[in-house]
Amino acid sequence: MTQLSPDTAMPSYLDQSDAVRARFDRIKQRDVILEVRDLCKRYPSAQGETEALRNVNFKVYRREFVCVIGPSGCGKSTLIRTLAGLETHSCGQVLLDDKPIKGPGPDRGMVFQGYSLFPWLTVKGNVMFGPQMSGQSSSSAESQARTWLDLVGLTKFADAYPHQLSGGMRQRVAIARALVNQPRILLMDEPFGALDAQTRAKMQSHLLDIWRNIDLTILFITHDLDEAIYLADRILVLKAHPGEVQEVIEVPVPRPRSPGQFASAEFRATKARIESLIHPPTAAEPDDAAVVPDHMIRLSNVDDNVE
Amino acid sequence: MNSFSQWWGARNPRVRGTLLTAGSFLIPILIWCLVSYVPFIWHPKVLVETPGAVDYFTTGMLVDREEFADQSAQVAALGQERPTGTSANPIYLPAPHRVAKALYAGFTTPPQSSNGLWLHQSLWHSIQIIFWGFLISSLIGVPLGLLTGTYGTLARLNEPFIEFFRYLPAPAFGALAVAVLGIYDGPKIAIIVIGTFFQQVLVIANTTRKLDPTIIEAARTLGTRGLRLITKVVVPGILPDLYRDQRILLGWAWTYLIVAELIGTSSGITWYITQQARYQHFDNVYAAIILIGIIGFGTDLILARMGRSLFPWDRSREQKS
Repeated sequence: MTQLSPDTAMPSYLDQSDAVRARFDRIKQRDVILEVRDLCKRYPSAQGETEALRNVNFKVYRREFVCVIGPSGCGKSTLIRTLAGLETHSCGQVLLDDKPIKGPGPDRGMVFQGYSLFPWLTVKGNVMFGPQMSGQSSSSAESQARTWLDLVGLTKFADAYPHQLSGGMRQRVAIARALVNQPRILLMDEPFGALDAQTRAKMQSHLLDIWRNIDLTILFITHDLDEAIYLADRILVLKAHPGEVQEVIEVPVPRPRSPGQFASAEFRATKARIESLIHPPTAAEPDDAAVVPDHMIRLSNVDDNVE
Repeated sequence: MNSFSQWWGARNPRVRGTLLTAGSFLIPILIWCLVSYVPFIWHPKVLVETPGAVDYFTTGMLVDREEFADQSAQVAALGQERPTGTSANPIYLPAPHRVAKALYAGFTTPPQSSNGLWLHQSLWHSIQIIFWGFLISSLIGVPLGLLTGTYGTLARLNEPFIEFFRYLPAPAFGALAVAVLGIYDGPKIAIIVIGTFFQQVLVIANTTRKLDPTIIEAARTLGTRGLRLITKVVVPGILPDLYRDQRILLGWAWTYLIVAELIGTSSGITWYITQQARYQHFDNVYAAIILIGIIGFGTDLILARMGRSLFPWDRSREQKS
């Protein structure tokens, strides 16, 4: 499969090196952890019935890292909330280890964008919450919490309250809190969306470290193309109104990933492809561009130039 | 503006806070002192010292300033002895020092009748009424408010009625309460309960609703369900706000105290106030009213301080300086 992209020097996002192709073959040999079949979601709204998701089909294999990307309103949050069991679906099936899911549960860990830590519990208390809910003694819950806090590097902050931590640290607590339950899959809903660029980059490589070191399958929602390509094995590109899977992209960027790969040919080709899917070139100019007039009325003094 | 802030100790927020708190009490006291001690500000009356030739004046009598001038002019025209007097405020506005003296005397003077009560006994009785009223209201109101805020169905079932009932003035149930509960403490406690309970359910239901829904969702994805969702997530989640609500509602309960104690046999601090007012001992009346304020405000200060150590994670209380 060494076909070249027809019109540019850039290789096609479909080109995979042998190592990458072999890796995808290995992934597909593994067990299917999560399977979504013909999932749809409709709900009544002011304009009649709204279709949030239509005909969504995909599989996530064990220890795979899948990102979901799409324009706003494409139902990516609805999708992950449905998988978590926080919302019901109208038709289709969600199978976890071949069994349909019933409501939320600790087998599907969830990390929210807004951290949603329990403010009344210390960092350790937050991580202990899951084991305690499953009926474990507090000494066993505590020793597990310590292990996972160690993994995310927050042992020193075990007795701090969430409000004393920075955003990145809070999100690490949230990750530890979900992982302590040893979920079959970790669902992450734009977890780094509220972080500044530097912290976000650190969290991304930290998450890859965690993923590399433990038996963990991740479904990750984002609206950041670079983040999706940097993290994912496969990317589910959704389109809006209704939310449908447009394409499932196998990311050709070889692993292990590093921030240096952002400029690589595979990376740029993949990004270009996703961009063209999310913002199709044939579509009319987005509304934002239309509202900016060609000539702006000047409200400052004529002599007072900034440039 | 800047120098004004500096004068208030703006550099040190603690000092500034203390100064402002003291100021908020000093300003009304200062106004009271001015009105009481500076004769030309108000003083519409004259306190008769010697009646002179005016036949109905007696020593210690308070008369209107115009009337005093009139009578004085009349007797002067007849060549008789003029009355003398000093300008004074009406009897219902005693000077601060007299109220302070009454406050002290209230605790040191034994009751006038043998079966009467000391001031502190009356106060203690009032505090007990408030305590039981608030406790009974809270025992039902807090759990009901929590459940109402958590379950939409329950809210739709009981909130319309509670909304209706909270507009009914609690004292309107006085006669009914006496008929059902007798004339002693029962009906008084009932009025406090009626006055507090309905507001309590609505206020606490509202506080419960304001809990960040993703906190509950996070707990559900961690395997929490059913009743534990309330005991392990909702209750600790709203506890600091619930505590603040309870402090406000306790203040609310105090405002029903006087009406409640007038029902059936008058008792407690209300009985003391009405007795003193009957004999025109307004300094004692003011002393008792101030005592209610001190007890209420003091309780709230203590509760606020306790809250700070009870909820170390709670940041919304931190004041903007």
